[in-house]
Amino acid sequence: MKRLALLAALLAPLSALADPKPADWDSVLAEARGQTVYWDAWGGSTTTNDFIAWVGEQVMADYGVTLEHVKLTDTADAVTRVLSEKQAGQNDKGAIDMIWINGANFASMKEAGLLFGPFAEQLPNWAFVDTEGKTVQTDFTVPVEGYESPWAMAQVVFMYDTARLDTPLGSMTALLDLSVAHPGRFTYPQPPDFLGTTFLKQALVDLLPDPTVLSEPASDANYDAVTAPLWAYLDKLTPTLWRQGKAYPATGPAQLQLIADGEVDLAISFSPGEATAAIANNQLPDTVRTFVLDKGTIGNASFVAIPYNSGAKAGAMVVANFLLSPASQARAQDPNILGYGTVLAMDKLSAPDRAAFDSLDLGIATLTPDQLGSVQAEPHPSWMTRIAEDWAKRYGVAQ
Amino acid sequence: MNRRRLLPFVPMATLVLMLGPVLAGLWGTILPAFGQLSAAGLHGPSLDPFRMVFATPGIWQSIRLSVTTGLLSALLSLGIVILIFAGWSGTRSFRLLERLLSPFLAVPHAAAAFGLAFLIAPSGWIARLLSPWATGWGRPPDWLIVQDPWGLCMVAGLTLKEMPFLLLMTLAAVGQTDAIRSMAVAQALGYGRVSGWIKTVLPRVYPQIRLPVYVVLAYAMSVVDVAIILGPSTPAPLSVLIVRWMGDPDLALRLRAAAGALVQFGLVVMALGLWRMGEAAVGYFGSMWLYHGKRGRYDLVGRSFGLVLGGISALAILGGLVVLAVWSFAGFWGFPDLLPAELTLTNWTRHSAGIAQALTETALIASAATIISLVLALGCLEAEYRHGLRIGSRGLWLLYLPLVIPQTAFLPGLQTLMLGFGVTSGQGAVILAHVVFVLPYVFLSLGDPFRAWDAKMGVIAAALGAGPDRVLWAVRLPMLLRPVLTAVAVGIAVSVGQYLPTLLIGGGRVATLTTEAVALASGGDRRAIAVYGLMQTGAALIPFALALLVPALVWRNRRGLRHG
Repeated sequence: MKRLALLAALLAPLSALADPKPADWDSVLAEARGQTVYWDAWGGSTTTNDFIAWVGEQVMADYGVTLEHVKLTDTADAVTRVLSEKQAGQNDKGAIDMIWINGANFASMKEAGLLFGPFAEQLPNWAFVDTEGKTVQTDFTVPVEGYESPWAMAQVVFMYDTARLDTPLGSMTALLDLSVAHPGRFTYPQPPDFLGTTFLKQALVDLLPDPTVLSEPASDANYDAVTAPLWAYLDKLTPTLWRQGKAYPATGPAQLQLIADGEVDLAISFSPGEATAAIANNQLPDTVRTFVLDKGTIGNASFVAIPYNSGAKAGAMVVANFLLSPASQARAQDPNILGYGTVLAMDKLSAPDRAAFDSLDLGIATLTPDQLGSVQAEPHPSWMTRIAEDWAKRYGVAQ
Repeated sequence: MNRRRLLPFVPMATLVLMLGPVLAGLWGTILPAFGQLSAAGLHGPSLDPFRMVFATPGIWQSIRLSVTTGLLSALLSLGIVILIFAGWSGTRSFRLLERLLSPFLAVPHAAAAFGLAFLIAPSGWIARLLSPWATGWGRPPDWLIVQDPWGLCMVAGLTLKEMPFLLLMTLAAVGQTDAIRSMAVAQALGYGRVSGWIKTVLPRVYPQIRLPVYVVLAYAMSVVDVAIILGPSTPAPLSVLIVRWMGDPDLALRLRAAAGALVQFGLVVMALGLWRMGEAAVGYFGSMWLYHGKRGRYDLVGRSFGLVLGGISALAILGGLVVLAVWSFAGFWGFPDLLPAELTLTNWTRHSAGIAQALTETALIASAATIISLVLALGCLEAEYRHGLRIGSRGLWLLYLPLVIPQTAFLPGLQTLMLGFGVTSGQGAVILAHVVFVLPYVFLSLGDPFRAWDAKMGVIAAALGAGPDRVLWAVRLPMLLRPVLTAVAVGIAVSVGQYLPTLLIGGGRVATLTTEAVALASGGDRRAIAVYGLMQTGAALIPFALALLVPALVWRNRRGLRHG
């Protein structure tokens, strides 16, 4: 009897510490109520911050979950934090409950065993997700395996001011020609900013006759040969950039200000609806439109992941599930709110939910799904790591 | 009484609370700098972290930038302050400049930097003012002004912000020299204003403002927020690199950050040494110049320079704040329109929730840190008064230590140590980290008026039967209401402006107006930056206004106390 009591006493804390089971959704909901979820997400964009605040109000009202947006300047900060906590042995109640993540950060966290899961495909709203048409089960060629849940689709578009630039451009070569003819009218965010590295990737994908080589990890054997066209391109482009490439905008949204100020004529964006949203917020002139390249542009999904040591995993799953709800996805796609592409499949939705998407006015500067054309796959992350390092050596130190 | 037994220990406790985190942080920086990070399973000693630092592309440019921007902005701000004092002290223009510049002490660095950037960028307000009618520009010229590779824009921003600080420190120091009579004698002997002041007053003033000047130099060499906003990025100054390495998921970079922080520390020590040698050289040649007895031919030039540069600085900060205000109400505002196409409240309503939250957090941290600092400072001063535990000039050095050691050198180490000990970062930790920086300023601001209090009042009160505690609470503190409130205002302003301690020690979870404003700066949304920048400025300035107003109200019928 005594021994049994001891055993029970020993087991009690264990069961309290056990992770919630995503398959048993009712118990997840029960556990989530009253939890506070610290969501580490990049905080440099006002529209995104507003959307996250709205999500917070909804999950509070519907599920009693408090959502705190921890505004990051760089997602890597959150990865470091979890890593440091693991090293310090803080395996429970870590500072972060959910991270807006993808690409290299996801790859390194998954590899280091820093993520909770798999949970994504057990979320009730996963049933609506478009698993065939959208890249939601691989993330920069890395298999997701349920360790992160998608919530938005992104695709590269170029924003341009029609008041200063007549026609859209069809290729990266056309962009170079324009910049040579009219120096100082184009720039891109400074790598390692993710949009800056995206520009480099987009350039490489567009310049290569056959970009499939990028889906395999970069090797010492092929890296130099494959990236040679990119460096040749940048050597010609850099002197013609805004400020002759001696200064760069720090982030993507910083380019919006440059267009509004008339400093540059076009800029890269990873969100097809960003231009329309920025026009509505007075950040861009209403003469701005968007275009994609003839061969198509890179696209990927944004995900949310839950650190292994989160103290509010149930709450985080509730938020992740809410982000996949048709209501939340339709709001995110509304160009007046956020303008992010949905990850849901329209044919899996109920008629009223689909109607909510159909009735959205995408706005003057947003391309329709047809106009967005074919999506190019993201290269394997190893390419980007090496390219970003080489970029810093070649162009990060202005002469 | 308990308090009587406690009081003698307050100075020691204060030193521990203030220097403990600095020394612990330095220790936490030194270990990983030599390859020891047991939490990550890395064991030193090794010089690899330093090798990694020096293998960074453009590292020498980064290092050079740290040194040149620091030395240049310290020289400029000190030079302008000297010219203003030498050329104009005692005049109406001086009082005007003083009144214009001193409130800017409270304007946080980040807000001032934003304002300056909006003002002088090729698409900024000055260019708009002149375009297109005078310049012919339909679009802004492709000129590298903000973020120039030499860091000149950053120097300008730092100078603007450090000048008011040095101005006030000099003002306090001049009061303790016999400046007016010295000047009268010098002028009677035919010396010009500027040369007379530099020859007779400066040699006595400088030793008293030496430490504040060192603070300015060390701060300018290691500043992060201003460097992010105004400094170059190809490459960035060393301090920015250190913070970036700190935030990298690759742990090897944590070692590199620590090594970089030590390099930074070494640079500051070297720059201080260089400055000290410069002082000696100036002293040597200065005394030769003094013996020559030349009466000064370039007096007018010096005077005009002082006034013009001082005036430009005041206008730049003021203009920056005005342009922030306009942006915060701006609808679409393209180049070269002088004003936005329409004014709107949207920017404010949209950020109101976030601001309310950040403001509460800021106010809570600032008041807690200031109250702790005030209690400790008063405790130290009272212990000095009752028990004669006086801090000498060496003690003054200790007080300045947290301000002279670059923040980037010990804050990352402190964060790593805290993690190692499993201390969860959060509000409490941030408050204690703020005390490290708030306390010296509160102490410096309170020390002189507290000591200058006429001790006869205490004797009279004691003769009437009041014990030492009652003298303190019923006589001394009420009489010192104004300096106490000023010290509180200084403390709050310092706390509001803290970026790095809040970011690193708060683990990103503690969002104050300053961390939010700098995070937004990376997004470049000027409307959001303006709203947060103005709130930040308000949070720092309003306590100063209250410090002026409250004593005036409380002592409205006690004329002798109104200026106390």
